Amino acid sequence: MQLDRKVIGHEFEAFTATAEAGKVKLFCKAIGEEDPIYTDAAAAKAAGYKAVPVPPTFLQALTNDDPGKGGLLRLLDVDIGLILHGEQHYDYYAPVHVGDTITCQQKVTDLYDKKGGALWFVVSETSMKDQAGKLVAKATGITVVRNPDAGKK
Amino acid sequence: MVAVPKFDQVKVGDALTPIVLPPITRHQLALYCGGSGDHNPIHVDIDFAKKFGFKDVFAHGMLSMGFLGRLVTSYAPRDKVRRLGTRFTSITWVGDVITLSGKVTGKREENGEKLIDLEVKCTNQNGQDTLQGHATVAAA
Repeated sequence: MQLDRKVIGHEFEAFTATAEAGKVKLFCKAIGEEDPIYTDAAAAKAAGYKAVPVPPTFLQALTNDDPGKGGLLRLLDVDIGLILHGEQHYDYYAPVHVGDTITCQQKVTDLYDKKGGALWFVVSETSMKDQAGKLVAKATGITVVRNPDAGKK
Repeated sequence: MVAVPKFDQVKVGDALTPIVLPPITRHQLALYCGGSGDHNPIHVDIDFAKKFGFKDVFAHGMLSMGFLGRLVTSYAPRDKVRRLGTRFTSITWVGDVITLSGKVTGKREENGEKLIDLEVKCTNQNGQDTLQGHATVAAA
């Protein structure tokens, strides 16, 4: 397997995802988050929020709402069973609340290999803007692709 | 309610109160599959995981990053979180008992805002770090 650096700079189609209350609730249950500010409007108001905020890493649920999901794997022509998550970083510029509609635009920013091509690292950046067009966050992820041909010679 | 950290009272080296989580369950992985929209079968379908050379399903890295988010928001309010990032350094298996810990690594001012830098991590029952992360929160 050889991945092609020509994918660097590739921009995926932008899409818009809504921060839905029910999804936030399920997300909180999964991570064991019990703070009522994420599920109860009155608790959020009492804590000084104008609306129910989403947990910091709930942004992943928004970026996963991509109707063209799996685009990176198709671009690389890689099977989902071969990937691991290497790194994830979020920069938060403004809060995201339940009900916000967030437009996500992902692009590939780097690709490199390690261990003589046994592992490939694909870096992508996603800008996230709210319904007013304001940049609310930047998500940077590194996907690791395990080379199924490694050590096979 | 979590109070905003007071810049003048925070010292580099201050430890965050650790959180010991219950063991990771398959049920939790199914919930996270739905809640996060990460439907990669490797986390919920043992047949699929075995086909790709793994002994069992394993936790989404982002589930553990969600735990780091909980740790950071136990230290500062949600709207004070400016950055959260991590490396996923080893796999988290079903049954693993994860401890969340962190400490203050720096204090600085940027664009007129007082900021506190944190090192945060997830460590399993064998003392191995599964996530090595960092965060930045705004202080008062």
